[in-house]
Amino acid sequence: MPVLTQSIDEDSVFSASISNAKNVYNILKAVHFKDTATVFATENGLKITVEDSKCIQGNAFIQDQIFQEYMLREESVTFKINLDILQQLLSIFGNSSIGSTALKMQHNGYGTPLVLTLEEDGAVTDCSIKTQEPDEILDFEFAAGNVINKVIVVAECLKQAFNDLDTSSDYLQILMSPVKPYFRLSTSGDLGQSNHDIPKDSDMVEFFECSQTQSNQYRWSLLKPTLKAISLANKVCIRVDHRGFLSLQCMLKNESGQVCFVEYYCCPNEPDDDEEDNGCHGPFSFV
Amino acid sequence: MKFRAKSTNIENIHQFTNVINTIHKILKKCTLRLTPEKMFFILPNQITNGGVSMWCELKQENFFDLYQMDGISEEHNEIYLEIVAENICRALKSSQNAKSLKIKLTKKQVPCLTFEVELPSLLSSSRVVTHDIPVHVIPRRLWGDYQEPEMPDFHVCLCMPPLAKLKNITERLKNLSTYLTISANQKGDMTLKVETELVTAKTSFQGLEIPEFDEDSQAPSKLWPEDEFASARIDIRKFSQFLSGQQINPYKVICNVIHDSAIHFFIVHDNLSLQYLIPVVRC
Repeated sequence: MPVLTQSIDEDSVFSASISNAKNVYNILKAVHFKDTATVFATENGLKITVEDSKCIQGNAFIQDQIFQEYMLREESVTFKINLDILQQLLSIFGNSSIGSTALKMQHNGYGTPLVLTLEEDGAVTDCSIKTQEPDEILDFEFAAGNVINKVIVVAECLKQAFNDLDTSSDYLQILMSPVKPYFRLSTSGDLGQSNHDIPKDSDMVEFFECSQTQSNQYRWSLLKPTLKAISLANKVCIRVDHRGFLSLQCMLKNESGQVCFVEYYCCPNEPDDDEEDNGCHGPFSFV
Repeated sequence: MKFRAKSTNIENIHQFTNVINTIHKILKKCTLRLTPEKMFFILPNQITNGGVSMWCELKQENFFDLYQMDGISEEHNEIYLEIVAENICRALKSSQNAKSLKIKLTKKQVPCLTFEVELPSLLSSSRVVTHDIPVHVIPRRLWGDYQEPEMPDFHVCLCMPPLAKLKNITERLKNLSTYLTISANQKGDMTLKVETELVTAKTSFQGLEIPEFDEDSQAPSKLWPEDEFASARIDIRKFSQFLSGQQINPYKVICNVIHDSAIHFFIVHDNLSLQYLIPVVRC
C-alpha cells in the first residue's frame, strides 16, 4: 500500500509525510558535515542543526508546508540522531531523478526511535533509527538589529569565489565596506596573498547595504561545510554583526520548486587566538 | 595439451568480456575447466573464500568461431587451469573494438593463456596486442574438487526483483551493517533486512515472479508452507559483489533460499548459466 494512502498514525507525537524524499534529503545534504544532528520539530516545521567546535553551526529549515501531511501533538519535539544513517536511508532507492520516493516519518516522543517508511515503485523500506538525548545547542545570539553589513549575491558567484581562493590558507578574511573594494574575500597561504573582489554594482549582487567597514577573519576549515550549502543554493545572503559574527543564509529550491533555507553561523577568529586550540571568542566560549 | 579458440564476432567478444568482468567482481581466483563443448568457471566451496561458491558454464559454440582442444589425455579430454580473473579482464580491455580475439594455451617460462587481440589500424595491416597470462595447470588427481555442486534442497524459490534496484538498496544497507538477512516465501514476497544497535531497516518486495518448475529443474521442498518465510543471514559484501558485477543482462535471476543455511542465485541467460552460493554467517 503506498505510504501516502495510509492515514497518519493517531498514536504518534510527530508524524509527517512527503511525496518526494529528495526534498528532505537534499536540504539535509547542505548541513551534513558531522555525523550527528539535532532535530527540532515545531508547528512551523523542522529545524535540523549540526555544530562543530563551538564555532560553526549549520541549520536546515524544512517548513511544514513542504510536507503533504504534518502533524505534531506536542508543542515541540527534540532529539539527536545519526545523520549518516538517516541520509543513507532517505536515499535507499538510489539518487536517480527517475522515480520518486515517498517518505513518512514518525516519532513517539522522548526516547523513542525515529520511524521512517519509504516507498518507490511497489518496494517498501521500513526503518527505525535510535534517537539520543539532544545536546545543548549554541545560541549565537545573532540579531537582525545588530547587522552592520549585508550583501545578497547569486550563489554561483560566491561558490566560484570560494573555489578560487587558496585552500592552503588557514584563514579566510572577509571585508565588507560602504567604499571600495566593497566586498573582498582574502586568503594568505602557500601561494601568497589572494584577493577576490565582488563590487557592489556587479550584476551578481542583488542587494548591498554596508554601513561600516569591517574586516574579519574566519578559520577556513570551519567554513568548508558552508561550501556544500552554497553549491546547492540559488542565492546567499551574507551578514556580519557588530561582533564580527558571520551569518550565511542560503536559499535553496527543492525539486518541487519550493524554497527552503539553510543558515550557517560562524564566529570570527581573534588574531591573538592563534596560539590557543580554540580560535573563537563569544559569549559562550570557555577560554 | 592444446587449446585454441578464436572469435571474429565483436558481439560475442563483448559478451565474453562481460562474463569475465562479472566473474572478476565476485572472486579473484577461479578454475577454468575446458571441455570440447563447454567452458566452465568454477570456484569451489572453501573456507578461504568464506564458503562462497560459484559455477558458471557456457557453450563454446555461442562465443567462438573456432575452438580446438586436446585434453590431458584421450580418456580425460579436459583441461583444468587456475586463473586470476582480473588479469584476463585487463587483457580483454583491449578488445573493445577488436576485429578478432584469439586465446591459446602456450608455454612461456610458465604455462600461459595467451590472448591475441587484433585491432583495426589506419595502416593496411592490423595491430595485434598480445597478453600472456600465467596460469597454473591443475593435475588430474585434483579434478574431483571441481565437480558441479549438488543442488541442495531449498525451501523457497523465486525470481529476484530488478538487480539495479537491489544494487542501490544494498549499497546503502552495506553502510549500515555487515550482515544482511534475506527472507522469501513461495508466494513471491522477499525482504532484505539489516539490524544493528542503532538502526533497523527492512526493504520488502511483493508479487515477485515464481519460476515454473519442469522435470529438469528442481522444485522447492513441498514440506515448506507457501506463506512461511525462509531466511538466511549473509555477509552483505558478498551479496554486493554479486550485484555490482552484473554485466550479463540476464533473462532472469532466480533466488533459492535454504533456510538458515544459504542463498543460492541462478542466473538464466541464453548463452550461459551462472550459479552462486552464499552461506549464512553464524553469530
